[in-house]
Amino acid sequence: MIPGPFDYHRPASVTDAIRLLADLGDEARPLAGGHSLLPMMKLRLATPAHLIDLHGIAGLKGIRRDGNRIIIGAMTTQAELLASADIGSSLPILHETALVIADPQVRYRGTLGGNVANGDPGNDMPALMLALDASYRLEGPNGAREVAARDFYQGAYFTALEPGEILTGISIPVPAAGHGYAYEKLKRKVGDYATAAAAVVLTMAGGKVATCVIALTNLHETPLLATDAANAVIGTALDDAALKAAAGAARAIMQPASDARGPAEYRKHVGGIMVMRALQRAASRAK
Amino acid sequence: MPKTHVTMKVNGSEVERLAEPRTLLVHFLREQAQLTGTHIGCETSHCGACTIDIDGMSVKSCTMLAVQANGSEITTIEGMANVDGSLSALQEGFRMMHGLQCGFCTPGMIVRAHRLLQENPSPTETEIRAGISGNICRCTGYQNIVKAIQYAAAKINGVDYKEAAE
Ligand SMILES: Cc1cc2nc3c(=O)[nH]c(=O)nc-3n(C[C@H](O)[C@H](O)[C@H](O)COP(=O)(O)OP(=O)(O)OC[C@H]3O[C@@H](n4cnc5c(N)ncnc54)[C@H](O)[C@@H]3O)c2cc1C
Ligand code: FES
Ligand code: FES
Repeated sequence: MIPGPFDYHRPASVTDAIRLLADLGDEARPLAGGHSLLPMMKLRLATPAHLIDLHGIAGLKGIRRDGNRIIIGAMTTQAELLASADIGSSLPILHETALVIADPQVRYRGTLGGNVANGDPGNDMPALMLALDASYRLEGPNGAREVAARDFYQGAYFTALEPGEILTGISIPVPAAGHGYAYEKLKRKVGDYATAAAAVVLTMAGGKVATCVIALTNLHETPLLATDAANAVIGTALDDAALKAAAGAARAIMQPASDARGPAEYRKHVGGIMVMRALQRAASRAK
Repeated sequence: MPKTHVTMKVNGSEVERLAEPRTLLVHFLREQAQLTGTHIGCETSHCGACTIDIDGMSVKSCTMLAVQANGSEITTIEGMANVDGSLSALQEGFRMMHGLQCGFCTPGMIVRAHRLLQENPSPTETEIRAGISGNICRCTGYQNIVKAIQYAAAKINGVDYKEAAE
């Protein structure tokens, strides 16, 4: 359980990190919290020849507000998200989701940037970023660009990151005041990856759903935005029929793999249930 | 791959050794610093037996590189006793409440509970269970471990420990 040999680099700035990545090419990988990468390296499923540790770059840390957006540095850990009162008040769903990721030890190290850049369908933050319509700042040899989270995920471990690029920050529009939210995650035990999970952000007006976004975790190769499911509840009072219609529309786009968490049919079934529970809980929280 | 000098403060003493970049912190502590109380229980970063305290965080030392710990302050199970060598409240709690079960996982549990009590000196039972959810026990159950931590919390807060009615 010891990783293969590699050279270790600890650049002090984003510019240096990009230069190293560009110079060292395919064999180089950024190292963030290491809690996805190092386990893979211990099992020799990943064997990068160079690790570019991002921990020495102070500029990748921190949470700040910019108008109606919250900007989070890529190297901000889940524990730091949980400790942030700003996040707690303006993006409470981020707290709720961070809290169901892994366990305290992993949350002290695991970063938001690493979680969203990893491209593992099992990661919880990507679906949430879809639901919140976040965008990612990617910086590389050719400068910086913003990519919507909704355009970022292309396949399992396959993202819009180009060679030499790193994700430096995540920008999230603050949801409307009084919005309801919920992240419902079914897992086999505390600290496990999702068997199925759903993120919901909605607003209510006069007892009916006014706006709604639903996104799904670990029910496909990539996180999914469940647009038809969301449309199925808009204008309804979330009665039984509307909830069932949403679950059905969500199930129609799910293509989970059969794995240790259950056969595909079971995962789709519970995926639908997560959608219904998240909708109900989000509605109960909407003001 | 060239070895680099790695210096850290472990349980109050400076440790300086050469390490390859791929050396995991747990191996560095066990083999270079000769502190074998930190255990390795899994290959998947799940079990928590390797938990150490580093710069105010509980970390699984099997999932961090020794080079990343350069310049940091670490406390391992060997550093958990009181300065005069007597058992700390947590160690005493694990002994009194039979929290030492198989024993293999105990170092990680105590080190993790130490950080938990630093952050939350009076945790509820639910908070204790969530707080040690990264430390897996597969021998019996968590009941005595929870009691041990409750015992320590009571002692640290200067109140009498009373077993919760079952
Ligand atoms: C026991 C255990 C349980 C877990 N359970 C869960 C869970 O329930 N839910 C969940 O979501 N996650 C879970 N995780 C994963 C954990 O959240 C990871 O920390 C996270 O997936 C990756 O973040 P990291 O900062 O550790 O990244 P790393 O492991 O360092 O990196 C992951 C990948 O992203 C790349 N990368 C990292 N940062 C950047 C960047 N800024 N720019 C470009 N590329 C980058 C790396 O090169 C690597 O390929 C678990 C991990 C463990 C060990
Ligand atoms: S040895 Fe199991 S988590 Fe580190
Ligand atoms: S204390 Fe080691 S398995 Fe229970």
